[in-house]
Amino acid sequence: MAIKIDQSICDGCPDYQDGRCERICPGNLIAKEGEKAEMKRPAECWDCAACVKACPRNAISLYLPEEVGGQGTKLKVQQNKKRSLWIFDKKGGSRKIYKTG
Amino acid sequence: MKKKIIKTDLLVIGGGAAGSYAAVTARREDPELDITVVEKAHIERSGCLAAGINAINAYLNPGETPESYLHYVKNDSYGLVRDDLVYSIGRGLNKVTREVEDWGLKILKDEDGDYLKRSSRSIKIEGENFKEILAAEVERSGVQVLNKTAALNYIKKDGRVCGVFALNLKEDKFCVIKAKAVICATGGAAGIYEPNNSGQAKHKMWYPPFNTGAGYAMGIRAGAEMTTFEMRFVALRVKDVIAPTGSFAFAGGRQVNEQGEEYLKKYRRITTAMRLYATVRENKEGRGPCYLDLGHLEAEKKEKLAQSLLGMCPGIVLKWEDSQSGLSELKVEIEGTEPYIVGGHCQSGYWIGLDRSTSLPGLFAAGDVAGGAPKKYVTGAFVEGEIAAKSAVKEIRGLADDFLNLNISELITNEYQRVKSVLDNSEGVEAVRLEEKLQQIMEHYAGGRSQDYELEASKLKQARIKLKELKAESRNLKAESLRDFLAVQELLERIDVAEVLIEHLLYREETRWPGYQSRVDFPERKKEWRKFVNSRQNPASGEIQIVEREYKSLDEYAAFADRCQEDFYLEYNL
Repeated sequence: MAIKIDQSICDGCPDYQDGRCERICPGNLIAKEGEKAEMKRPAECWDCAACVKACPRNAISLYLPEEVGGQGTKLKVQQNKKRSLWIFDKKGGSRKIYKTG
Repeated sequence: MKKKIIKTDLLVIGGGAAGSYAAVTARREDPELDITVVEKAHIERSGCLAAGINAINAYLNPGETPESYLHYVKNDSYGLVRDDLVYSIGRGLNKVTREVEDWGLKILKDEDGDYLKRSSRSIKIEGENFKEILAAEVERSGVQVLNKTAALNYIKKDGRVCGVFALNLKEDKFCVIKAKAVICATGGAAGIYEPNNSGQAKHKMWYPPFNTGAGYAMGIRAGAEMTTFEMRFVALRVKDVIAPTGSFAFAGGRQVNEQGEEYLKKYRRITTAMRLYATVRENKEGRGPCYLDLGHLEAEKKEKLAQSLLGMCPGIVLKWEDSQSGLSELKVEIEGTEPYIVGGHCQSGYWIGLDRSTSLPGLFAAGDVAGGAPKKYVTGAFVEGEIAAKSAVKEIRGLADDFLNLNISELITNEYQRVKSVLDNSEGVEAVRLEEKLQQIMEHYAGGRSQDYELEASKLKQARIKLKELKAESRNLKAESLRDFLAVQELLERIDVAEVLIEHLLYREETRWPGYQSRVDFPERKKEWRKFVNSRQNPASGEIQIVEREYKSLDEYAAFADRCQEDFYLEYNL
């Protein structure tokens, strides 16, 4: 599973018709299950991070699967019209932020 | 599953680079036209550009011309390309680049305000949001976009393509979309072979795993002529994350083997294929793994490199952040990918005319699904989208108003039943099981990565037999929802592509493109094989027939074409 949707943060996008993540996924891998969004086909994730960027609550993080040497670092992305913040949270607790745009 | 009938003038299948540009062009050509784009995901982030890109690799920097572009592409492709198609792309590359910059794409500039050159035909961009910019322009143009709508098969009546059957995954509807002209822009195909990674990472690849050859398969089934499937594209990518290597190469990365030797220097002619082939050789002969070695990188330089990669492949930066070491020495391991079938980097796809018409009346093709013109990349896809749109609009003008009053009720029933029978089939097999089988067959018998991409006749013949058995098994698939049916459809698409691929791989009895198409039983390149291997499937019998087409140089096209090339360029503003 290369993305994790934090169910404690996800609110099912009440302001929209669809979950924003559900709408944007280029693989149609995410679907709303009742009130929350769920990754329905985790092995098919392409790691494009479209959902990570689209979530209005920042509930989704990207990580590398174990199969490709993932060590648990999680990436979240916060975007506005001017810049993007790429927030890497490592397992040890440290954090690294890149800024683009 | 309800039915929905839609009528439109121009139908574009696929909302990617080529499809988006085609839709916008068509709207400009004729503001009165009813234009519909069908996209199986959402146009905002679908296809190759989902994560963004950080360079445009088909742009003519000062000193480069359409002629030099053709010369480069032809040389890199060992002399066999469609000169006319490649040249026509060369004529439009810079124009489409300036156009998308106008739409909002951020192109980096040097101190003089010119585009920042990465190499002769490459410029740097900040394209993380490139797809959103394209989608916004499509929306602004007022074109109708049907998202979450997956094309299944062409509607073909009296030998002409006049629309498509599709599934709307969101509304759970079977759609019948009639159109006066159709542009296929569905991209290439991944997942034909076993992927680089496995388990939960199996879709961690370079090309979109969601590009499964829909357009190729629909065309194959309808009897369209296809070209050069045997020139597979094997990319050289960063191991595990399968990240592009361009940024590393341009940051001064040396391509070395385990002993630190710059092994490309041992080869006479360094083409894109050779970079891959040489790497396979180094590994095979025990001098691997191979790397792109950037040596000691100052923290600031490394930070800048990471920033440029985030807007295209965040996975590689995730990998760096994951690793324990501080990493001032940067050395990334590179490896070949699974073979992809694409008309962007290579030239597999529809056999098309200069005007991007296919062999099927009513159908045009643009982008990775169109063949004959390797190294077209994103901007090449734009140029083809523009040409196809102009051609399709012209075609539509010549048709009667009542053209769409066709009786296709039997065709509708047949296709609807095909879908329904899978949805009703509780005893069938899941698509993922047969996907594994397909990939295993191709991997072992048709030169996958684990076989060093090597091909030879007796194994290919085994692949042919096993694919036939698999095809029979694929008649007993099940799906519990339309989303599950999409997985079934994508599997069937890949099988159709694989069957044609095997015939092409068997037919070309030489090695023209090392690594991409290496026949160990015919290891030399032969002059007499400087010709195109094309194919057509018989829609009734399913039999695949090979058709040879001669290679022509650009000048020869000017002499033989039914219209002078100069007239074409004038008319198409290229």
